Amino acid sequence: MKLTLRVWRQQNADAEGAMSTYEVDGISSDMSFLEMLDTLNEELILRGEDPVAFDHDCREGICGACSLVINGDAHGPERTTTCQLHMRSFQDGDTIDIEPWRASAFPVIKDLVVDRSAFDRIIQAGGYITAPTGSAPDAHATPVPKPDADFAFEHAECIGCGACVAACPNGAAMLFTSAKINHLNVLPQGAPERETRVLDMVAQMDEEGFGGCTLTGECATACPKGIPLVSITSMNKEWLRATRKVAKR
Amino acid sequence: MTTFVDYSTGEPVVDHKAPPGPVNERWDKRRFEAKLVNPANRRRHTVIVVGTGLAGGSAGATLAEQGYHVVQFCYQDSPRRAHSIAAQGGINAAKNYRNDGDSVHRLFYDTVKGGDFRARESNVHRLAQISVEIIDQCVAQGVPFAREYGGLLDTRSFGGVQVSRTFYARGQTGQQLLLGAYQALSRQIAAGNVEMHPRTEMLDLIVIDGKARGIVARDLITGRIDTHFADAVVLASGGYGNVFYLSTNAMNSNATAIWRAHRRGAYFANPCFTQIHPTCIPRTGDHQSKLTLMSESLRNDGRIWVPRAKGDDRPPSKIPEDERDYYLERIYPSFGNLVPRDIASRAAKNVCDEGRGVGPGGQGVYLDFADAIQRMGRGAVEEKYGNLFDMYARITAEDPYTVPMRIYPAVHYTMGGLWVDYDLQTTIPGLFAIGEANFSDHGANRLGASALMQGLADGYFVLPATINDYLARNPGHEPVTIQHPAVQEALAETQDRLNLLLSVDGDRTPDSFHREVGELMWEFCGMARTDSGLRKALERIPQIREEFWRRIKVPGTGEEFNQSLEKANRVVDYLELAELMCLDALHRAESCGGHFREESQTPDGEAARRDEEFAYAAAWEFTATGEAPTLHKEDLVFEYVHPTQRSYA
Repeated sequence: MKLTLRVWRQQNADAEGAMSTYEVDGISSDMSFLEMLDTLNEELILRGEDPVAFDHDCREGICGACSLVINGDAHGPERTTTCQLHMRSFQDGDTIDIEPWRASAFPVIKDLVVDRSAFDRIIQAGGYITAPTGSAPDAHATPVPKPDADFAFEHAECIGCGACVAACPNGAAMLFTSAKINHLNVLPQGAPERETRVLDMVAQMDEEGFGGCTLTGECATACPKGIPLVSITSMNKEWLRATRKVAKR
Repeated sequence: MTTFVDYSTGEPVVDHKAPPGPVNERWDKRRFEAKLVNPANRRRHTVIVVGTGLAGGSAGATLAEQGYHVVQFCYQDSPRRAHSIAAQGGINAAKNYRNDGDSVHRLFYDTVKGGDFRARESNVHRLAQISVEIIDQCVAQGVPFAREYGGLLDTRSFGGVQVSRTFYARGQTGQQLLLGAYQALSRQIAAGNVEMHPRTEMLDLIVIDGKARGIVARDLITGRIDTHFADAVVLASGGYGNVFYLSTNAMNSNATAIWRAHRRGAYFANPCFTQIHPTCIPRTGDHQSKLTLMSESLRNDGRIWVPRAKGDDRPPSKIPEDERDYYLERIYPSFGNLVPRDIASRAAKNVCDEGRGVGPGGQGVYLDFADAIQRMGRGAVEEKYGNLFDMYARITAEDPYTVPMRIYPAVHYTMGGLWVDYDLQTTIPGLFAIGEANFSDHGANRLGASALMQGLADGYFVLPATINDYLARNPGHEPVTIQHPAVQEALAETQDRLNLLLSVDGDRTPDSFHREVGELMWEFCGMARTDSGLRKALERIPQIREEFWRRIKVPGTGEEFNQSLEKANRVVDYLELAELMCLDALHRAESCGGHFREESQTPDGEAARRDEEFAYAAAWEFTATGEAPTLHKEDLVFEYVHPTQRSYA
């Protein structure tokens, strides 16, 4: 197929950006979206132009590196990561807009590459269970009911890509933050830090400049791993519970 | 001038660290004999860790918990994205929760045998011992392993073994284990014990007075090249499967850290031992940028077959049962579809070479779940493999619940790597290599669900114990300054290399060279290797290298975010490493594990090992680019698992 691409180009964090238009031809429907961009970049290099910078790594939908807004949708029209989006989702002759994640907490580094280190700092604020190496009891010492284990797993699936933030009109990171809190807070191993975890992570989230939640639900629609919107409700409940418990102390 | 194949043989290389005595007492003994660093003195020691996968992430977190000052690097934008995250199937541990006859000794035995008797017994036994602690550690961290209704952990079986010892978290075990290590690391970053440098790539090793004392690294955002100094350096930078261009590795996984360390004096062991994984999605065309693995766990319930007749191009549903050849079940009745990876891969290649392959170009075999769906019900299959089936459907636009999957082998893992002793120390004092970056535990073939086990064993338990001994014996390192001639030399070499890449201004992209050398390697150093093919590759690689330096084109500058420059610099190292891999494959004129030499096979086409000549690990010493390296042999002694011709029939 033949496509027209309108791509956000921005030399660096301080430069002004703009959309640039490129034509690509000979695109096969079996190609992944990123392989289509590889094709464009190979041509750009040979023409002596700067190739389009974009984050990508595993290309199997799990590392969370790829991060493109395609025709206004985070990760494009299918519910998956950009690397798992295939060109069979597009038609010959289409014009495709390609932009970076847009959020004030995710500044652009170059072209389509953004800085998502705010997510790391939210995890650093409490997204862990304190269990220094060597201190663990036998794995079967504490059985975990299967429904709790499944609930933890479903939230632990988050790949930290940031699509939830990119899709949210407020640029909120509630879905990301809630996924980690729900994963750890439901487990017996996570109970001792249950209150500090939610309070500290939410405080860090606010400090990073993410917006507030108005329950628009765009985040859960964009999430390639299907983290449900109700995850945010659970986090809010955890936060209220923790606030009251800490106030009582 | 000598050519590359005229290598010389130097002194044998010996592991002096594994203590003598019964194999099951060696690790305890080594830990007791190892010197310790007083807790108050630990914070005065800086340790550099390169990489944040299972090995690096767990090592960084654990060293910081012990009180060391850790400076850690990854090329990704976050330590959470290291490629361990993509491991699907599971992690082995000799817990014997199933009461099915498993034990530490059995895991040890299976791993030595699965590795086709080319691994060091001491290391493998330690790995099996530690496996049980890993599961405990991960559960304590909140890793959501699959559980039974009673709340206890579930396990499944994997290729090459007959017990059910693989713990898993749906098809995302690597992700969950990595996030556990990442979260432990995050806690230490917040505590100020780990100084984390994401988007920073190691480009050289700094060796002073014969000891590893730091690295040269490039900030991938600003392009700034900096030096970082330490009392010890740990490489946890993963494997080198991307030499083949197409592999299941992440796009940016690369060999630069270990190759630069090799050039600075670290021996590289068994570079030709590469694992071709049997269950990957076949390629669709020339645009293909990487290959996707379908977890080996699928072989538990899927049945592999091809049509009996050559060139049978009917759709699979139209091929009656008696015209199908379930070739693994036929040739290996006792292990069936669960034979080790090397055997399953080669069998797939053989049936495709016979003209019985399926799908485009005949480069595929069926992995069929019809029987499993009938037996267990679709719901149970979905529960077990749902995300893998979804992934397959997304990539191929075919529904594996109704049409059999098509799979074909692809490069997946490298058993070779930097030579390390029992302490995981390379031949450069103070330089350690852990996880896939070293060569230590898998011999010539790695069993499924053992990579996660090894990465975490090295990072959580082995290295944190053994590095103490080195630091305790080297307490008073002189501070390194940037003016030191060795530092200046490493900096200048790195800068010169990048400048040269930017200045050639030729007419070929970094990717085009990568693809060329990768295709050459796949053809001549892939699933089956021959003397003449390897010689052809060894003739061709220097030519590609010469052409590379004449025709490479890298746009932009070095002082900015420049992905083409990153790529080109990695290809420079592939073009040297590929040559060493081919030489190693050429010199090892036997078949073992993932290394199949067509000249060395049994009458029925199985790999024929030649223990009298090749029961050693080949550790290569670098001399100069394009010049013959020196071979140092480490003799392998088998006191507990006696080498036999592997049989899975």
